[in-house]
Amino acid sequence: MERTFLEWISYILQNYGSWFLRGTGVTLLISFLGTAVGFLIGLAFASIRSMPLPHNRIKKQLMKFVNFLITCYVEIFRGTPMMVQAIVMYFGMQEFMGINFSPTVAGIIIVSVNTGAYMVEVVRGGIDSIDMGQMEAAKSIGMSHWQAMIYVILPQTIRNILPATCNEFIINIKDTSVLNVISVTELFFVTKSVKGAIYRTYETFIVAAVIYFILTITITRIIRQLEKRIDGTKKFTPASSTMPIVFVKK
Amino acid sequence: MSKNIISIRSLKKSFGCNEILKGVNYEINEGDVACIIGPSGSGKSTFLRCINLLERPDSGEIIYEGKNVLAEEYNVNQYRSKVGMVFQQFNLFNNLNVLENCTVGPVKVLKKDPEESKKIAMKFLSQVQMSGFADAKPKQLSGGQKQRVAIARALTMNPKVLLFDEPTSALDPETVGEVLKVMKNLASLGLTMIIVTHEMAFAKDVSNKIAFMDGGVICEEGHPNEILVNPKNERTKNFLFRFIVGES
Ligand SMILES: Nc1ncnc2c1ncn2[C@@H]1O[C@H](COP(=O)(O)OP(=O)(O)O)[C@@H](O)[C@H]1O
Ligand SMILES: [Mg+2]
Repeated sequence: MERTFLEWISYILQNYGSWFLRGTGVTLLISFLGTAVGFLIGLAFASIRSMPLPHNRIKKQLMKFVNFLITCYVEIFRGTPMMVQAIVMYFGMQEFMGINFSPTVAGIIIVSVNTGAYMVEVVRGGIDSIDMGQMEAAKSIGMSHWQAMIYVILPQTIRNILPATCNEFIINIKDTSVLNVISVTELFFVTKSVKGAIYRTYETFIVAAVIYFILTITITRIIRQLEKRIDGTKKFTPASSTMPIVFVKK
Repeated sequence: MSKNIISIRSLKKSFGCNEILKGVNYEINEGDVACIIGPSGSGKSTFLRCINLLERPDSGEIIYEGKNVLAEEYNVNQYRSKVGMVFQQFNLFNNLNVLENCTVGPVKVLKKDPEESKKIAMKFLSQVQMSGFADAKPKQLSGGQKQRVAIARALTMNPKVLLFDEPTSALDPETVGEVLKVMKNLASLGLTMIIVTHEMAFAKDVSNKIAFMDGGVICEEGHPNEILVNPKNERTKNFLFRFIVGES
């Protein structure tokens, strides 16, 4: 029986729609959790790095050592492909530590750690871009470094790095596909399986492409909305009960 | 004699090999409204920033309530909560609205009750005529409004002394008056203040002492009439002369 392109698409959706749905779910789950955890790793490590060096000599050396470890982490995970990291970590853990994660859990860990390495640098840039006066004002009312970070600096940093985080999320949705090397049943893996079942490469991957595209474009829109909500309006109308502001010229 | 709040002895501060403060001695007593004048680059800002430890002095003493705040184990954060600062660039917390700017300190630093803090904050916001803007974000305010909120924010910490670093220098001329009026009001209420300013008429009007700073030292200090009308130091004379000529 000869089918047209559209007939193939509808055949795939009818018979393998639930496969694609599950693959999409796994892809979303891994990339969302991976981005969220990576984001937190970035915030935490970049905040530690932003701490002023203590006066005490021992604490100073300790602090420098911690900063060195963070640098190593960032360089190693940015400097190697995620696919290689996935294989090394997944099989490494099995062989040498006897830890048996399910591929999905392993996938979440790998994407998190990988995203974290990028986010440390993104957050550092975000913190650096906040006017020094904000930290000084926080200190001038007696806040500690951490209070200033939590209540003043990081909320502004998070707003500023939302676009970069959105980018990272989108990259993760696409790059989760490399996790098929450790048999995570994400969208790409599922697509390959469907192709294997019906021997139609072109149509199957078109379906996958459309799904990837819908996912990424939806996320972009959602984050854009979020940014707008945080930014608020430019003008403010004071409460009507206010007295008119009259100042006597000296 | 009123009670001494802060006394500063031979305070020195360098940036690299550039010595900015070359041994400053200074006393501030309860109820003082002290102005500091001097050419730009003379170290006035650095001096104020050393007083509340935004910069750490290299040597000297800052005695507050009988203790040297430069001592290793001294609680710097607690000290800062008692010595407020109003900046030239306002530095309102951009992520918080006007009311939150005034409550975050009392609630998070002084651990006060949030509802109580709101009431106190609203009281100070009314005092600076900004209570109608409680829900506004800093970016929605004009410079003069921002500075008045910054003053209210400092006041909610119930400071022993308030430092002002050229609070009107970044303002449009027409809003300078509203900020000076608020500060004049605070002076009349007996708040202790150290004010770095170029507003000579204001300084003469509100302060009970003026210090002239140049080249990292206080050259001359005294009653406004002495300093502004009959300065003895050559450098003070030159500065004021240039200032008057420059203004007219
Ligand atoms: N963080 C800093 N690093 C290096 N030099 C500085 C720093 N802050 C101030 N200075 C220098 O110290 C001098 C005095 O500055 P400042 O205290 O701001 O003077 P003023 O407030 O009287 O204009 C200036 O020459 C300035 O360049
Ligand atoms: Mg200055």
